[in-house]
Order: sequence, then structure tokens, then C-alpha cells
Amino acid sequence: MTGSRITKRPGNLSPLPNLRDYEGTCSTFSWDQAARLLDGLPGGAGLNICHEAVDRHLRHGRGGKTALRWLGKGGERRELTYGDLSLATGRFANALGSLGVQPGERVFLLMGRLPELYVALLGALKARCVVTPLFSAFGPEPIAMRAELGDARVLVTTPELYQRKVRGLRARLPGLKHVILVGEPPAGEPGVQGWDALVGSASSDYVIGPTDPESLALLHFTSGTTGRPKGAMHVHGAVVAHAATALYALDLHDDDIFWCTADPGWVTGTSYGVIAPLVTGVTSVVAEAEFDAQTWYGVLEREKVSVWYTAPTAIRMMMKLGADAVRAYKLPALRFMASVGEPLNPEAVVWGQEAFGLPFHDNWWQTETGGIMIANFPALDIKPGSMGRPLPGITAAIVQRRADASVQVVAEPGIDGELALKVPWPSMMRGYLHEDERYRKCFAGGWYLTGDLARRDEDGYFWFVGRADDVIKSAGHLIGPFEVESALLEHPAVAEAAVIGKPDPIVGEVVKAFVALKPGFEAGEALRRELLGHARKRLGAAVAPKEIDFRANLPKTRSGKIMRRLLKARELGLPEGDLSTLESDEK
Amino acid sequence: MNDTEIRALLADVLAGIAPEADLATVGDDEDLRAALDLDSMDFMNLVIGLHQRTGIDIPEADVPKLFTLRGLTGYLAR
Repeated sequence: MTGSRITKRPGNLSPLPNLRDYEGTCSTFSWDQAARLLDGLPGGAGLNICHEAVDRHLRHGRGGKTALRWLGKGGERRELTYGDLSLATGRFANALGSLGVQPGERVFLLMGRLPELYVALLGALKARCVVTPLFSAFGPEPIAMRAELGDARVLVTTPELYQRKVRGLRARLPGLKHVILVGEPPAGEPGVQGWDALVGSASSDYVIGPTDPESLALLHFTSGTTGRPKGAMHVHGAVVAHAATALYALDLHDDDIFWCTADPGWVTGTSYGVIAPLVTGVTSVVAEAEFDAQTWYGVLEREKVSVWYTAPTAIRMMMKLGADAVRAYKLPALRFMASVGEPLNPEAVVWGQEAFGLPFHDNWWQTETGGIMIANFPALDIKPGSMGRPLPGITAAIVQRRADASVQVVAEPGIDGELALKVPWPSMMRGYLHEDERYRKCFAGGWYLTGDLARRDEDGYFWFVGRADDVIKSAGHLIGPFEVESALLEHPAVAEAAVIGKPDPIVGEVVKAFVALKPGFEAGEALRRELLGHARKRLGAAVAPKEIDFRANLPKTRSGKIMRRLLKARELGLPEGDLSTLESDEK
Repeated sequence: MNDTEIRALLADVLAGIAPEADLATVGDDEDLRAALDLDSMDFMNLVIGLHQRTGIDIPEADVPKLFTLRGLTGYLAR
């Protein structure tokens, strides 16, 4: 299907796309000009994400417009206008102040998609704190690791999640001074307060202090092949990219009803589930319930969603249910569908047309890039399977690394290499927390090296080829093999562990672990289950392995490094490649 | 199958997917996915496991009926 093309007639689209002349806009675009989409703090006091996303809309007469339309699991609905959100975030910012929390300190969020999550995220930015949203399906170990690395001072969570995952970690997290629970707090728990008592009683009047656009706003953890999770640091100035990409890649117009299905625990759910739609001033739908195809179609129909941003795993699960299930719903408002998380297979792009009468527009970006970098646009033809073309303001290229750590740009099309982006752009990460060396290694010759292998075709469309490292991508989320291996190695029976991504038609890759046991332990179903339960309890379902196989020995290099690549090749029945460094093979 | 048999079967299938999960802690109308920390892949595997063990066809469109214990036992008891 690689040769096929979905042609567009942008003149027939209603409303007309924001980006109609791709080449022309790319040639004249500048980020300085894009910054004019924003107001800045009054009196030239800088740039603050919460001001741009919430407070400034009141000055433009949008205070009564619905900002968030929250749909609860049990069918409840709550609408928060921009005015409501301005007051609520003011209360939360004042509540942080009443606890003595200072600008720059870290506020961690761990909860499902409740309205308080959105208020806390924006309110903490208002207070100039640094926000880290965590995925609520993380187990205690990923939570503890991130809270330790990020020096969490405040955690906002629910009583259930606190009880199940956080309470036992408090001794490990001496820096965590304040826990705010959305719901009834347990009695006699030190440093734990209820949201209603603390936030509900705080004043809603809050004047945002001077905010340097280069000051830290968000700390998003992502995974690498080795070592601990990396804390990608993003600044308030990133909001310029959120605003521009919301216009160009998501084509948001003033009267759109927008729905980003991603959880704010991942960067998509923060950049495009919270910040970008609100900065643009549209109405954003938040659905608390987990994925279920028919529930989702109901949301699209009932809420008259016009622009929808979702993910390949969900789309492929919808495909399993079939196009007829979609056609049972009336979706005349729906006009643009986009997808991100991992490459969207061509069949899924085309299935969008069959089921919804619209193709899915795949786009590409990473935690480190902070916003959409490469996209399929409403006015441009789609080549199904391609991630599209760079956003205005973004220069992308295919490069090859040289032995001396410099890079060479591959000018001719059709050649595989590493996808690289010319620095800088506003939402580019400003560092990995406490890991300068790892950060510096991401750059060469004025390029950010993405770690993704890709190629560019003769029309300037980019195509994903694979990862340059061993990072696993499952249901659109990056999982570091090291984090999973470390948890397995904590079990007394495990001598060695290696973790790979095993291709899966629905979720992209599933986490598969190979373990070698210490003497005296016997491989078998009982131990497999014990290890599975052990890993799930520590890591949570989103990170833990789905499959565990036993080996007497894992293949290693002379320096003792386990060769995940070889295990993966064998698992997939692929050529084993260069085995010259193999010292000790698996058994 | 009666209710007790279905619960025993569910516990058995679950033990291969999420051995740490304790069915006794789940209320009849709670969402099993949230209560037992099952992601979409886990739940899909659970449905496949129930089908294999009972021979009952569970079409994709019916999967949401199995999200709670009450729904699941009712569905398999039919």
C-alpha cells in the first residue's frame, strides 16, 4: 500500500484549513512571529503557560466559554468554563503558597482523568512550580524512581492510589512534604490533606508572578535503553510551539470541540490534552473512562467532537470491531482525525476513510521535542504509512553518524538514516534532569538526534523505519528495558534478565522478558507466575512484562553485556547479524 | 456453569495473566480493569482465555459486558 495516496482538495474543506499553502508558510514562518499568537503576562512580566491557556481568555471575552467538558466514568458531566478554570487554578496556586511551596519546586500528579488533575496541572504552573504528571497505572517502583529523581515536593493523587501505591514509599521519599488527596484523606496520616479542605477554602485571587519564558514548567520522564528514566525538562516558552502546532497540525479553529484521548500521564496528554487546546481557546473534551470502542463512538456523537486526536492501539482495536459499528453513529461534526504514539499502519489510515469517511492523519514527535514536529496536514495529500512532513518552523533531515560523533546529512531521498531536527524550536527539551552528558549526546552539529530511524522520500514525506536503540514501544508508550530488568533482578530467583519488545498487531510491541535463574530454583509455570506477579506489583500493568521465558544462560558480549538484539532476532526468526562480540551464547 | 464455578474459572485464567490480582477485593459492579490494574492487553488475554476454557464465543462488541464481575458472570452463565 506504500505507493497509494489520499488526495486532498483543501478548497472544499470547511472550515478552510489554517495551513493551506504549506511551502509558502514554511518559507515565511518564524517562531518570533508565532509568539504573537500569545499575549504574554501583563506588563511584560514574561510568559506563563497557565496565563496563555486560561487567564488571558477572560480578557478576550471568553470567560463564559466551556474550556473543559468532563465526562465521568459513571455518566456524570461537568463543564468548566475558562472563567471557572481561572478561579480554580488560582485557588490551587494559593493552596500551594499556603503550604510554603516555592516556585521551581516539583508538583507530581498521579490520578485518573479527574477535573482536579487539570486544575492542579495548570494551577501549579500558575504558581510557577514544575509539574510532573505520572501515569496512574504505574506501579510503586516507577512512581518512587521518578519522584526520587525529580525531587517531588508535592503529590496530588486519590485516596485509593495513595493507599495502594504511595503510602509504602513515604520513607523512601523524604523530600515529599505534602500529599493532597482528591477525596477523603485517611485520619492521622502526616503530611496528607484533603483537596476540599485545602484548595476549596483558598482564595481564587492570584496574580501570576514574573515568569521567565526559559524557566522550567514541566518535567516529563521518558525511557532510554540503559539506566534510569530520563527527566526531559520543558520551559514555559514551549507554549509557543503548542499554539502553532495546534493551528497547523491539528487545524484547531475557534468553534471546534476537540478531543485528545491521551492520558496526561504521558506527554501527548499534557501538551495536547491540556495545554494546546486551551491555549487555542477551544472546548476540550475529557473522558475519564478507559478505552472502549463503542463508548468512544458515543462520545464523538454526543459531544459533537470536530477534531479528534487519538492513538494507533485504539484505532487498531476499533478496526477489530469493524467499520459497521462506527457507521451506527451519526458523526457529522467530525472533520479531522489525527493519530500519534507510534507509526500508524497504512491499513489503519485507509480504514478511517471506510469507517468515518475521513482518513487518520499520523504525526510524529517525542517527549523530548515537546510538541508535534512532523505531521500529515488537512490540506496536504496523505501517503498512508508516512508520518508526513515537518511543521513550519521545523527542519528535519536524515543523518548518518560518523565515527568521530559528528553527523552527515543524507541529501538524497530514499536512504535510511537517523531522523534529526535542526535546533532550536520553542518546545525543545532544555536538558535531562541531572544528566548533562546524556543530554549532550542527543546533539551533533546543530541537530537533535531523535534515535528513530527513518527515510525521506522524493516528495519530502518522512517514513519511520525503526528504533536505533532497544527501547520498547507498547501502546504508544516508551518502556526502558533496564527498568523492567531491574525489577526482575530484585526477585531472589533471578540471576539474569533481558527484556525486549515483541511485535504485536494491536499494541505495536509487548514487553517480553527472558530470565536465567540462580542455582536451586526451578523453571516452571509456578515460578513464571510468581515472577509475573512480582513484576506487575512493582511496575504496574503498563510497564511489566506480558511474557516471561526461562533460559539457562543469556547471550552476552565479552564485556558481559546481555545482547537483547540477538534475543529479539531469534524471537522473530530474523538474521542474527554480527555475532563477533558474542562471548557466551544462550542455552 | 453457576456463579461459583465461573468465579473459580476467572480466578484461574487471571492467575496466568495477572497472578497478583485478588478477585476477593473486587466489588460486583467495579470495573475489573481498574480494580485489578489490568491494561487493554491483559483484558484481551483474559477474554481469549475465558473463550478457550468455556468454548463460549465472545464477540468483540460484547467485551464491554465483561468489564464487571456481575456482567462477566451473567454473560458466561447464559
